[in-house]
Amino acid sequence: MRRFNLGYFIKEGFSSIFSHGLMSFAAVCMIVACLIIMGSFSLLAVNVDGMLSQLEEENEFLAYIDESLTDDQVRTLMEKVKQIDNVDPGSVTFITREQAKQDYLKGHEADGLYVNMPDEVLRDRFSIHVIDLEKFTETVEAVCALPGVANHRAENKVAEGFVAVRNAVTALAWVLIGILAAVSLFIISNTTRLAAFSRREEIAIMKMCGATDGFVRWPFIVEGLLLGLMGAVVAFFLQWGVYAAVGRALTDSGATALFTLMEFALIWRRVLTVFLLSGGAIGALGSGFAIRKFLQV
Amino acid sequence: MIRLIDIHKEYDNGTKALKGINLRIEDGEFVFLVGPSGSGKSTIVKLLTAEITASRGRVIVNGYNLNNIRRWQIPHMRRTLGIIFQDFRLIEKKTVQGNLEFAMRTVGASGREMRKRIPYVLDLVGLEDKADAYPNEMSGGEQQRVAIARALVNNPRMIIADEPTGNLDPRRSLEIMTLLERINSMGTTMLVVTHERDLVNRFSKRVVAIKDGELIRDGQGGYYRA
Repeated sequence: MRRFNLGYFIKEGFSSIFSHGLMSFAAVCMIVACLIIMGSFSLLAVNVDGMLSQLEEENEFLAYIDESLTDDQVRTLMEKVKQIDNVDPGSVTFITREQAKQDYLKGHEADGLYVNMPDEVLRDRFSIHVIDLEKFTETVEAVCALPGVANHRAENKVAEGFVAVRNAVTALAWVLIGILAAVSLFIISNTTRLAAFSRREEIAIMKMCGATDGFVRWPFIVEGLLLGLMGAVVAFFLQWGVYAAVGRALTDSGATALFTLMEFALIWRRVLTVFLLSGGAIGALGSGFAIRKFLQV
Repeated sequence: MIRLIDIHKEYDNGTKALKGINLRIEDGEFVFLVGPSGSGKSTIVKLLTAEITASRGRVIVNGYNLNNIRRWQIPHMRRTLGIIFQDFRLIEKKTVQGNLEFAMRTVGASGREMRKRIPYVLDLVGLEDKADAYPNEMSGGEQQRVAIARALVNNPRMIIADEPTGNLDPRRSLEIMTLLERINSMGTTMLVVTHERDLVNRFSKRVVAIKDGELIRDGQGGYYRA
């Protein structure tokens, strides 16, 4: 006797899909719709996150050094700055007041007023990048607390704004994903429940013959899994089309200066994997839950 | 082997279906369980197949104590039983062969085992030339033979037949009962639930009669008063 007949389960799962064609079609359509909505918000979140990551990379603040420090003391201070949590150690750069002046003048070539500005007007400084934008303020405070740091210049408000936007988009995406996953589960459960209802006599016979719950349940789980995977594949291609269309619309409207979409070629594997996993899980779980009632024989 | 010890069954709606039934059926016996409608026969069958549990008392079937049987053990207990229903309960869209394969696959039988066992069982019930027929192409008597074949195909220790002749004319009923007697003579314990007095009287078997949930007679052969 064999304990697990995979071929039989797959065959039964497939035949059940086609014997309840209309319901299967409806289930696939709903999974497609839910996955596209979930996918669109997820992609928005990913793009916002990607944009913020770029900004994070550029995000820096300046810590001005007390003029009374000797060169050795500056070097010691630099080491202390590098050891502070959330400071990217490789990014800490010492900028002399002369360099700072030259950099400043690059933006004001046409303005003769600054040409004869003495170097002493500016201070030596460290340019520091943070790793996590969310800890920007704390990091700045920690650096400023070091003896020898006279002052700083940091765009805290901008950083906090970016973080707030990212958190809001991520939270919204998760809430929507949760709601839509629940809706999908409900729909696939109903589809399976109808399929199981029409086969309740068969199920009763199976149980009376000594079928285990697993033996009865597996074909339905396979059916749900297949419906979920079909929905995922269809949703993936539609999502691709939608994404490309949005990208074109952004380009045509000239909005790319503000917001550039990641290339789909860079993320398609991740999208397909998430769709297949989500669709498959929704299908299999929905069917698994739906069949429970019919096993009470 | 079946043992019912002081079995009481009260349904959720307050109906007392069984009131202190004691019954022992040994391996290899042929027993008629008789009684009028509503006497509690079907409740006993449901208890024996673990569809329901007793409110009080002990139920032992083929070595399984159904009072504390675990859910995962129920399929294994049921594999020791073959169950025949009054309404046949065949799958209409499957052929005779398909119905028997379905029952065998349920317990994990391989294709090789099916090819070996199914022709033997069909021959036993006299349907060796009907393997490719669909149930709706067959008479009631033939359909019940398919149901008997399905009950037999997994080689159970005991067959429980719940009103197996209820949908058949007297001649077909006699044929079916004779077939069950033949299967019993090959060693399979047989519990036949019926309310057909004439049929019971034609076979000299043990008769257990119940009425209003109580056992009113347990004796060998012949006439009973419901």
